[in-house]
Amino acid sequence: MASLEVSGSPPRSRRELEVRSTLQDKYSVLLPTYNERENLPLIVWLLVKSFSESGINYEIIIIDDGSPDGTRDVAEQLEKIYGSDRILLRPREKKLGLGTAYIHGMKHATGNYIIIMDADLSHHPKFIPEFIRKQKEGNFDIVSGTRYKGNGGVYGWDLKRKIISRGANFLTQILLRPGASDLTGSFRLYRKEVLEKLIEKCVSKGYVFQMEMIVRARQLNYTIGEVPISFVDRVYGESKLGGNEIVSFLRGLLTLFATT
Amino acid sequence: MMKLAQWLWGLAILGSTWPALTTGALGLELSLSFQEVLWPLPAYLLVSAGCYALGTVGYCVATFHDCEDAARELQSQIQEARADLARRGLRF
Repeated sequence: MASLEVSGSPPRSRRELEVRSTLQDKYSVLLPTYNERENLPLIVWLLVKSFSESGINYEIIIIDDGSPDGTRDVAEQLEKIYGSDRILLRPREKKLGLGTAYIHGMKHATGNYIIIMDADLSHHPKFIPEFIRKQKEGNFDIVSGTRYKGNGGVYGWDLKRKIISRGANFLTQILLRPGASDLTGSFRLYRKEVLEKLIEKCVSKGYVFQMEMIVRARQLNYTIGEVPISFVDRVYGESKLGGNEIVSFLRGLLTLFATT
Repeated sequence: MMKLAQWLWGLAILGSTWPALTTGALGLELSLSFQEVLWPLPAYLLVSAGCYALGTVGYCVATFHDCEDAARELQSQIQEARADLARRGLRF
C-alpha cells in the first residue's frame, strides 16, 4: 500500500486514519491525579474504549501526587487489568504543580503526541479521535478543545458561572487576541516536542498556565486547531468559583498582557 | 511587553490626535459639523465599547450550549464501566 508514507493530505476515511495512526503514531495521555479514587477507573475505562474502538496506539501515564484516598492502589489494579504497556504508573511523593507533573510524565512518554486532560470526567475521551483527525487534517502543532465554539458547551453551570466564564473569556480575547476561543481549557493534544518547548517557557501556575501555553505557542508560531467539546462539570456544586480564583485569574491575565 | 505596548501606542496616538484637532493646535480649518462630531467622540467611543462588551457577553451567555445529552451519556457509561471493571476484578 503506497499510501502508508506521511503524505500530509487529510485521511479519506476512518480506516485510513486507523492505518496511518497505528503504524506511525502513538498517543500518550498524561493524567495527573489527586484524590481521584472514584473517577480514575472510569476515565481509564473510557480512554481504553475510545482508543480501542478507533484502533489508535496509546498509553496512559498516571501521575499521582501521593493521594491519601488510595488512588494509587486503584491505579495499580488498573495496571494489572490493562497491562503495564498501556497503563504507566509514575507517581510522586506529594502534591507538586501541574507543570512539573507534565514534565515528569513526558520523561516516560513513548508517544510522539501528548494528550492532556482532566481526570475528573469533565473531559470525555470520545473527543480524542476527533482531536487526532483534526490534527492530521491541518497538520497542527496543537489541537485545543473548546467549550465556546461550534457545538461545544458545558453541563452543570448556573447563570452566574456562565457569566463569569464568558466575561473572563471576552476580556482574555480583547487583551490577548490569542487566536483560540477557549484559553483556560485543559483538554488538548500536543506534539511531544511542542509541549516540551512550551513547558520550558511557561512560568504561571494553575489555569493561567494553560492560558500561557497557548499565548506562548502563538508567539513561537505554532499552529493551533480547535475541536468543540462538551464539558460535564460534576464538581462545580462542591467547589464554587470564589473571589480568590477570580482575583488570581485577573492577576495572571494582566501579567500575560504585560509580558507577552 | 507586546500587547500592553500596542495598547499604549494606540492610546497615545488617539490621545494626542483628538486634543490636537479639537484645540486647533494643528492650525487646520475644520468645518463646524466635523467639529461637532469630533468633540464628543471619546465619550461616544467609550460608551459604545461598553455596550459592545455587555452585548457580546450577554449574547454568549444566552447561547452557551447546555450539554444535557453529554451528561446523560456519561451517566450511562459510568454504569457500564463499573460493571465491566467489576467483572475484570477491580475492587472499588
